[in-house]
Amino acid sequence: MRNRNGNAWLWGLVSIGLLLGLWEWGHRAWGPLVLPGIGDTAGALWRMIRDGTAGPALIGTAGHAAAGWACGVLAGLAAGTLAGLREAVRGAFEPVAIILLGVPAIAWVVLAILWFGGFWAVVFTVAVATGPLVFAAAIHGVQSVDGGLLRMARVYRVPFAARLLHMYVPHMLSHVFPALATTLAMSWKVAVMAELLSGAGGIGDGLATARAHVDTAAMMAWIVVVVAVLIAVDLVLLAPLQRRLWVWRDDARSSGP
Amino acid sequence: MTGAMLRFAGVDFAHEGQPVLRGLDLAVPEGGITVISGPSGSGKSTLIALAAGLLTPDAGRVDRRCDSLGVVFQNPALLPWKTAQENVAFALSGRVLVRRDRRDRARAALAAVGLAPGDADKYPRQLSGGMCQRVALARALVVEPDLLLCDEPFSALDGDLRRALWQVLGEIHRRRGLTTLLVTHDPEEVSALARGGLAISCGRLDRDGRLRGG
Repeated sequence: MRNRNGNAWLWGLVSIGLLLGLWEWGHRAWGPLVLPGIGDTAGALWRMIRDGTAGPALIGTAGHAAAGWACGVLAGLAAGTLAGLREAVRGAFEPVAIILLGVPAIAWVVLAILWFGGFWAVVFTVAVATGPLVFAAAIHGVQSVDGGLLRMARVYRVPFAARLLHMYVPHMLSHVFPALATTLAMSWKVAVMAELLSGAGGIGDGLATARAHVDTAAMMAWIVVVVAVLIAVDLVLLAPLQRRLWVWRDDARSSGP
Repeated sequence: MTGAMLRFAGVDFAHEGQPVLRGLDLAVPEGGITVISGPSGSGKSTLIALAAGLLTPDAGRVDRRCDSLGVVFQNPALLPWKTAQENVAFALSGRVLVRRDRRDRARAALAAVGLAPGDADKYPRQLSGGMCQRVALARALVVEPDLLLCDEPFSALDGDLRRALWQVLGEIHRRRGLTTLLVTHDPEEVSALARGGLAISCGRLDRDGRLRGG
């Protein structure tokens, strides 16, 4: 197992090395205006950190993404769980979720700027982009609970609260967790896009400024910041949480013996 | 024996228009073991589901005279994210008990079916098929049932293990005088219980859903 993990890390490093090589080759082929070099990007990033631009922007985007994601997840989970348990609720909510999923995120940004503006425009866009995905996963999670378990709970007259807490929620987690991880990453990307268009601060605002100054090195530096945050969230938060939650599973995602 | 704990009177049941049970009359005497055998598809699991109240008959009546019911299904139906002890304690969720009491009862039930104390904290994936069925049996017993329903509980296990578990079940019956209705497709299981000196009433379900004997 350890050897397999070691190999995975090695292949990961090889692919990142190849990507960086390709980046540098593109820089030499097309010049710094189209694609700044790795050194220029690192320099721009360092300047942004030193002059205090990166930190507040990062915090701003994190606040937008987290608030929007939390709203989307709470609404998606509540509606999805209800829809999974009650056919009538499902009939009412599912078409709405399909419509919401069909609206492009960029259209939501434009509408949200008109409706709310600033901070809430970003939060709303993130929530409305992530909520339907969590809703769909929650429905599937509730409806795929094993019939044998449901019959067993009925026989032993297990109260609804205990069934929800000990049967539905743990089962749903295995369906909802991938959606939570996907929408968490998505929330950052949507937040940056909404910030860029709405001028609500954050990394998106930084990108807009860099674009206005035709400073491609700064643009790449902001992109590096977003990607680094997503990788850090996955390594530090999501992967350990997944191992801990799925200790009972009999597969590679479990941390159990 | 003081009358029937469970009685089927003229029960008909059909699934998607296909008759499964026809005119079923059966009385399960209090304190006894009633074994219904029959080939696959003869409606044995339907009979158990009707007895457990999981299905409603199309015609006739099912009268159950018990306060507490234990069921061992073909599939152990364990919650994979809970340990053996937590799975057993789950059946007590509807009872007003403090957490410690619930845990102690679950541990005692696991010990009664011959599971080692060290296995109580294992997840189902860490237990063998036979151990999982023991956990399911412990879960059925922890509620202190008046009536135990067994739907081919050990049919998926190999011969020796199956015999050992029948012995456990027979021993529990001898100790508690627990009214038991079990269905099986394997007549050898009936004789395994009979060899244990237990008084058994037998019946046989035919493929047409009619009961002979019982």
